[in-house]
Amino acid sequence: MIRENLSGKRIAITGSTGFLGTALVERFLRSVPDCELVLLVRPGRRGAEHRVKRDILKNDAFDRLRDAFKEDPVAAGGLDGETFDEMCDRRVFAVKGDVSQDGLGLDDAGLALFSTVDIAVHSAATVSFDSALDDAVQVNLLGPGRVAAALRVAAEARTEPTPGGLAPGEKAYLVAVSTCYVAGSRRGNAPEQMVQDSPFFVEVDWRAEAHNAFQARKDAEQASRTPQRLKALEADAIKTLGAAGTPAIAERVENLRQKWVGEQMTQTGRVRAASLGFPDAYAFTKALGERSLVETRDGVPVAIVRPSIIESALAEPVPGWIRGFRMAEPVIAAYARGLLKEFPGVPEGVIDVIPVDLVVASILATAARGPHISEESGEHEPDIIQIASGSANPFKYGQMVDLVQAYFTKNPVYDEKNQPISVPDWTFPGRGRVTRQLNRAKFALATSERILDALPLRGKQAEIGADLEQQKEQLDRAGGYVELYGAYTECEATYQLDRMYALWNSLDEADQRDFNMDPLSIDWPHYAHDIQLPSTVKMARLKMQPSKGPSVDRNERIRKNVLSEDRHLAVFDLENTLIASNVVASYSWLATRHLDTPDRVRFVAKTLREAPTLWNLDRADRSDFLRYFYRRFEDAPIERLERDSLEMMSDLLMTKSFPAGIRRVRAHRALGHKTLLITGALDVVVEPLRPLFDHIVSAELGAHDGAYDGKLTNVPPTGEARYQALADYAEEHGLDLKESVAYADSTSDLPMLEAVGFPVAVNAETKLAAIARRRGWLIEHWTKSDGAPNRTIPIGPRTLRGPLRKQRVAAMQRRAAG
Amino acid sequence: MASDPRNRSPRPGFVLNVDKQTPPLLFHHGDNFRLEKLPADRTRVIYPAEPLPGLPDPEAAIRHALLEPIDDDPLPELLKPGMKLTIAFDDISLPLPSMRKPDIRQRIIEQVLDMAAAAGVDDVHLIAALALHRRMTEDELRHALGDRVYDAFAPQGALYNHDAEDPDGMVELGRTRHDEAVTMNKRAAESDLLIYVNLNIVSMDGGWKSTATGLSGYSGIKHHHNVKTMRESKSFMDRHSSELHHSNWRQGEVIKNHGPRIFQIETTINNNTFGYDGALSLLQKREWEWTAKDRITFMGMKKGLDLMPASQRRQIFNGWKAPYELTSVQAGNVESVHEVTLEHCFKQHLVPVKGQTDVLAFGLPYICPYNVNSVMNPILVMCLGLGYFFNMYRGKPLVREGGVLIMSHPTPWEFHPVHHPSYIDFFEQLLAETTDPIELEQKYEKQFAEDEWYIHLYRNSYAYHGVHPFYMWYWGSHALEWLGKVIVVGGDPRAVRRLGFQPASTMQDALEMASDTVGSSPSITYMHNPPILMADVT
Repeated sequence: MIRENLSGKRIAITGSTGFLGTALVERFLRSVPDCELVLLVRPGRRGAEHRVKRDILKNDAFDRLRDAFKEDPVAAGGLDGETFDEMCDRRVFAVKGDVSQDGLGLDDAGLALFSTVDIAVHSAATVSFDSALDDAVQVNLLGPGRVAAALRVAAEARTEPTPGGLAPGEKAYLVAVSTCYVAGSRRGNAPEQMVQDSPFFVEVDWRAEAHNAFQARKDAEQASRTPQRLKALEADAIKTLGAAGTPAIAERVENLRQKWVGEQMTQTGRVRAASLGFPDAYAFTKALGERSLVETRDGVPVAIVRPSIIESALAEPVPGWIRGFRMAEPVIAAYARGLLKEFPGVPEGVIDVIPVDLVVASILATAARGPHISEESGEHEPDIIQIASGSANPFKYGQMVDLVQAYFTKNPVYDEKNQPISVPDWTFPGRGRVTRQLNRAKFALATSERILDALPLRGKQAEIGADLEQQKEQLDRAGGYVELYGAYTECEATYQLDRMYALWNSLDEADQRDFNMDPLSIDWPHYAHDIQLPSTVKMARLKMQPSKGPSVDRNERIRKNVLSEDRHLAVFDLENTLIASNVVASYSWLATRHLDTPDRVRFVAKTLREAPTLWNLDRADRSDFLRYFYRRFEDAPIERLERDSLEMMSDLLMTKSFPAGIRRVRAHRALGHKTLLITGALDVVVEPLRPLFDHIVSAELGAHDGAYDGKLTNVPPTGEARYQALADYAEEHGLDLKESVAYADSTSDLPMLEAVGFPVAVNAETKLAAIARRRGWLIEHWTKSDGAPNRTIPIGPRTLRGPLRKQRVAAMQRRAAG
Repeated sequence: MASDPRNRSPRPGFVLNVDKQTPPLLFHHGDNFRLEKLPADRTRVIYPAEPLPGLPDPEAAIRHALLEPIDDDPLPELLKPGMKLTIAFDDISLPLPSMRKPDIRQRIIEQVLDMAAAAGVDDVHLIAALALHRRMTEDELRHALGDRVYDAFAPQGALYNHDAEDPDGMVELGRTRHDEAVTMNKRAAESDLLIYVNLNIVSMDGGWKSTATGLSGYSGIKHHHNVKTMRESKSFMDRHSSELHHSNWRQGEVIKNHGPRIFQIETTINNNTFGYDGALSLLQKREWEWTAKDRITFMGMKKGLDLMPASQRRQIFNGWKAPYELTSVQAGNVESVHEVTLEHCFKQHLVPVKGQTDVLAFGLPYICPYNVNSVMNPILVMCLGLGYFFNMYRGKPLVREGGVLIMSHPTPWEFHPVHHPSYIDFFEQLLAETTDPIELEQKYEKQFAEDEWYIHLYRNSYAYHGVHPFYMWYWGSHALEWLGKVIVVGGDPRAVRRLGFQPASTMQDALEMASDTVGSSPSITYMHNPPILMADVT
């Protein structure tokens, strides 16, 4: 019946890039050989057709059909000698459109194509449980009504009969996909009835709800711009980025603001949904979407299919097929990795999942059946078909947990040290207790993090901070799961399947064989162990086997990329990246070189006294610090400094250098990369390092009469100025920053690090270590050579030129004469 | 009061057979010491000769040598007004440790300068003939030459370090009959007279090696500083059996024919490395002759060193200046002078030894020619042990072919970042890949030798040349080929393994490990060095 009734029809599908949508496209193409498909997709940058080819037809769901075409196109339902791609070109049409716009955003050509449609399956939805309320309203609440309206307009625009025989003016049949959870958070039976027919439904005006959701967005946008809010966000940005420079901080603040608005909208949706008895904004907007569709359909024949939680395929196109990371996967993956020790839920509770192929089959059957005809009026009228497992073949939460635990006990996930991770026993705590535990752990971590932040740590110690950061993130994520999914695992509604079974029983034997939608056919232990969990393991890329041989260090892998011949440019910071020294040290060295002992002592005392001021200034703004500090070079004779700088290379720079860092610069040069040094140090100080670099960007001082005037002639390259110096150099030499490497030690270099394709954090301070870890950057720990002379105070060795020398020589001559 | 040993006639070197009564023996162990009990009845200890008496009046001896040279005219006759005179002198690598002031170089150069001044020579340059070693610092030059010489010449730019990578500062004098290039410092080569002042601490030093190597560069030195030559030098301490020296002598022929006129001055010193009194003097004594006071001194010194941080120990040892005394000075014709020098060297160092041994043991001290005022890194440990100490033989190696070498040294993974930058890369990168000298030579020598950054550091900082760590490795290549196993007692296991050797925590463990190669009761020879000894093996 299914194949016959759909044969020769042209079917429109919305949401075809999604999990269910892709499965629908595949099933129509494979199982109904002579139907045609019109796919409504948001076009992206390169157009709707490109998107259909790239995001839908490339999916591994189509492997089965593609292979069948390779073997025998005719047996696969194609024409003689036809390839899979040719078949798609013949049967699949892409239309640019968007269900969150009125009129679906169709242009004239799109409307013309849409008017040739016999049946429309609306599967587009915002399924994410934490989407913003107004987004959910646009798609879930207003979307179905918009599709119905577009079908009405299309019917009027039609000039010739459709391939399936609809006359001009005759409205196409709409199958809208909803969700069982429109029944709300309730216990007991939930029959296949309109939402407003349920005794638990709180009557609200969907138009007012939509209007208020949009208003809430405006309010949140406004609230995000209050001075208090912006100040708090800025403080937050500075806390993570440190002295990264104004543009970087500004960008971060704007990101944080948008994120804050998003969170407000998610929160608004969740709370509004809960206040009306729904587990979340998704179920809430879907419920109102059904209402608005039925209310505004205006003669469009409608059927609504409500699946429960859709999961990996039982058999079609292949067992275990899934698209995207679905609801259960992150939870199961977190559990298998030992991150999630407890998850709320009652063991007797039913976890209502339904394999995607059963949902697809029920949608095809509903489409093939045609609109429901009322016995009373003889007119078509909307009806509802639920497809769920809970009532016919319940999968108990306790049973699922046992199966998952047994699976990962037998097939453990391995950690980085190749140790199998043993999964914890699940104690089925209440949601409150889990949340409290998570919050306590988070608080403890946040405290340690604050303390670490305040300490001037670098390198390995700073990574302790990064570890904490990572743990905090994991806790955040776990907390998110608990809050979002907890409501579902605690949901005790049972979805009735009377109409679904009526439809099933109306199918002939061939249909029942080819289009299985019977939940009773699921063997849960088999489904969990042989289909769902292996597919989860694959999707989450869990490490199910100890790695062979010595485990390849993650850093080693990235390092290989960093040192690839394909790179163009390597840019280095100097202080604490290549050399354990700073501008204060080099100044002290140069300044004391020509002092005698009492003056040296006075100099050291003065510098030490000033240290706290300098330290604070440096932390607040590096450019100001350098401007302030370089004034000390006023009246310093240039020629003498140039002479001394060579000695300083040996006594200070090389002594405090990181040999592995110098080696890295040289490795880049050997590979033919350009090397660039960007530093706040003075040009004469870094001049001896010139053979290492193709170009050096450094601070330069103005001069008069052979001496420095203490004023910087250009902005010392710090923060964004470093990025600019890098970008300028790259552009001038035609080098691609995406193919370049940057080495730096501090968050003040973030603009530079973020600009390149291969950032490397060297001996990173806590904040940078955390950022580097999170973004998967290469982290290097470079140290001074063991055996380097250790001088705590950087003082130049005394040169005996000048007056002192004269005294000594005179004394010697006197002795010789005597 | 102890009698001054200088008044007694010094005892020659000596081979002791260890029995049950022999006390624990002292091993040098970097900047520390170990006492080790060695197995009785199959161990012998070779002790160096006691210091020969120094010349009573060094100034007069120098004057005599300059006025009555061997096979050459007296120096004053060679000095003419308006001439170009260059005085080259040995660098910081000699002597070891540095000697107390006044340094012999200062004494000689002051007299030479006086004669030059008297002859009206005013174009005089002084050059530290450091070949591919690091440049000497101002302090080091002042120590070697004295303040008077330094202040008179350095400010005018007439006293400086040789720069083998100065593109305008080197000339090629020609090629030997074996097609070896001979290059020389341009100023020295273009001088009317080149005076070379040697400090011959061991028999390897001096002769044509002074000018052919000391004032040369990579393109000349590579002809004899390579694996093949070093493996054919048996030993490189025995000039007449050393391919290293044969090659230098061939280059000397070219210098003789196409280079400047040379006036060679060579000097020898005695074995008075640690003094006749003071804490370190017991290093020059034989353990069974230690007095109660010596024992207490040793215990105290050892305890103190154990408690000190490494950097402090290093500072203390680097501060030690040896009270060496001059035993001979001779000047004139390069080859004739050198033969006399060798006689003096051997007189102090040679100890006759009968037969080879299965296991050779020695303790490595804190210093070698390339870490004066610096750090003894693992590559230098290899070079000092397998290069210098192993080659301290005449005739045949002390240890039989396939035998085991046991060295005592802490071998820390430490490098001086200014002096040894290319060593760090050699150790951390190249040795991680291979320890085979031939492979290292073929794959990497040229790359390191011509490296722009290493050359920059050699010329402008105080770094050994980029190729220098390879020479360290070649210096040990004869031993690497000869030995069955090398064990380092008390070394950092990671660094020792990187060298390709086996780490042992105690001497007992080391002997246990040696038994895999040489059986369960091998003969053992302990070379009690320094003060320096050279085994004359028959």
